[in-house]
Amino acid sequence: MARFLQAVTDGILGGAVYALMAAGLTLIFGVMDIINIAQGILVVLAAYLSYALSVHLHIDPLLGLLITVPAMFVLGIAIEWAFMRRLRGRERVAMSLLVSYAVAVIIEGALYQIFGSTPVGYLPSYAVASVHILGFYLPYIYLIGFGLAAVALAAIYLMLYRTKFGRSVRATMQDRVAARLVGINVDRVAALTFGIGVAVTAAGGMVFGATNTFNPDSGYDLISRLLSIVILGGLGSIAGALAAALFMVTAEEIVNIWQPTWATAVYYAVLVIVLLVRPTGLLGKREARAQ
Amino acid sequence: MSGSTVSGGTVSGGTVSAGTVTRLTAIAALLAFAVAFPLVFTNPAVTTDAIYTLIFVAWAAAWNTFSGYSGYLSLGHAVFFGSGAYFTAIATHDWGLTGSQVFWLLPLAGLLGGVIAVPFGLFALRVRRHTFVVITIAVFFIFQLTAYNLAVTGGTSGLLAPTINFATATYNNPFYYIALGIAVGTVLISWLIRRSRFGLQLRAIRDDEDRARGLGVRAMRVKLSAFVFSAVPVAMVGGLWWYFITLVDPSSGFDPLNDVAVALMAFLGGLGTVSGPVLGALIIEPSYLYFQQQVSAGYFFWILYGVLFLVVILVLPRGVIPTAAEWIGNRRDRRRRNGAGAEDRPPATTVTGRAKELA
Repeated sequence: MARFLQAVTDGILGGAVYALMAAGLTLIFGVMDIINIAQGILVVLAAYLSYALSVHLHIDPLLGLLITVPAMFVLGIAIEWAFMRRLRGRERVAMSLLVSYAVAVIIEGALYQIFGSTPVGYLPSYAVASVHILGFYLPYIYLIGFGLAAVALAAIYLMLYRTKFGRSVRATMQDRVAARLVGINVDRVAALTFGIGVAVTAAGGMVFGATNTFNPDSGYDLISRLLSIVILGGLGSIAGALAAALFMVTAEEIVNIWQPTWATAVYYAVLVIVLLVRPTGLLGKREARAQ
Repeated sequence: MSGSTVSGGTVSGGTVSAGTVTRLTAIAALLAFAVAFPLVFTNPAVTTDAIYTLIFVAWAAAWNTFSGYSGYLSLGHAVFFGSGAYFTAIATHDWGLTGSQVFWLLPLAGLLGGVIAVPFGLFALRVRRHTFVVITIAVFFIFQLTAYNLAVTGGTSGLLAPTINFATATYNNPFYYIALGIAVGTVLISWLIRRSRFGLQLRAIRDDEDRARGLGVRAMRVKLSAFVFSAVPVAMVGGLWWYFITLVDPSSGFDPLNDVAVALMAFLGGLGTVSGPVLGALIIEPSYLYFQQQVSAGYFFWILYGVLFLVVILVLPRGVIPTAAEWIGNRRDRRRRNGAGAEDRPPATTVTGRAKELA
């Protein structure tokens, strides 16, 4: 029972970080109708940035977020501007997947070239130390990750529902053409959304890097989890991504107690079962008519 | 709907046009070249690359018959490739097959691919667009994970092929001709499907599934049939690939890069055309192998590959074949207009337009 509760606690704390990364993915989808396959490798890239800052420049990863978040934001805007904006026509869905995959391959190649394939990790002091509360061991990094994710998700929520920019983002999500007609600069909204969606990987990558060893190959594992989460939550729904992430990661932690080798399969098994019952995901809207 | 025209929609009855003759001659020449290839280029390094290329020709043509015609982008066909490879490996060991006996397993591997495609398709084809793509990726990862964890698949180390005692000089030839046979057969069936009522229904689904359904197309049945058909050749070349490369492990049998490479081939040549994916495979796979062998230092060729990928999609989004066809068509039109005066062009037939006639 104690192990079970510990697994649930770990699942909720870890799940929040996945929720943050998935929120970026689902936000980009909602606004641009694009699934950013590169999200996984971008998390790894952010982890490597934190690694390079802490190992070579001796900047604490947490402090390093002041550098990595803007860097990932700018990278996101650059990717949108250089590639995503140029996709038009009937095969746009397929092409956006392939383009983001190509971006992922390029980043992966670059990371291999620079850092090699040996798994690396960094252990800031708060990654090993833990606090003992009510019989649970909670590593500080989990608490920090949870806190970061909560703050970032709250910020995204406030941005979407309390600002003028957020209103234009939601308008674009509802109807791109109508949004343009009422004077919203849809291209700017798309670029900034892509930037924000990618910037969250900086925080996610920092926590991921502090809790795992990683190499450029880790991106595949991450993206398959993130895709399962956003589909389960319903594409385009941030609340859905949050619920799905907490559920998936907790389920994985629980299965991990008895069956470590099959724990990852939980993601796909849950996805398959849920979609058999509800093809739109937990909180997804009915799929729009395919044009 | 951006007015997609069915090329070759007007079939002149009886008379054979000059274009058809040229096309048939070109196909015959290409086939003769393909058959003579291992006799001319006897260097095993060259025929080895040719075998890999033919494997991808078959895969790309089969994939396109489903994804290109129906518009449902599958990034999970490696499921069939890996399953074919593992099935052939396990059956070879269990039944103690040697030498060319193993080749008789390939039709069975194809059958298995088709059988796997039925539940896979029934489940995945309930959703559309992005969700479909992600589901195919998820099913792919389930298969890869299973291959890692089961005892019968040999876990991480995979399954080796028994030593093959073919004569060294002609070692590659049986592999080459079987790969060629599968590739040609797949392209032929793909061509027949494209010309058929079934192919028209598939493309009507691509253009507007709800409208096609409203016009009486049994969408699920049509999509599923195409999905199952496209799985068969992929599983067959998977089995052949294992016997040729002599090792399958979870990361090579179920390789996500292959799925994307095949999609890229179809895009480069022309998604939804018969010859496009073949052309794409003939361009991309040899250049990939060349890059891999030449740029051996590090992972630089990954970056090159990604850049090539971006260039293809951003510069030639519709593919070589449709772009070239349009260019030739425009020139012909211009010439005809200059010569015969104001001759009206027959109206471009859209797929849904023709589906309306047929349904």
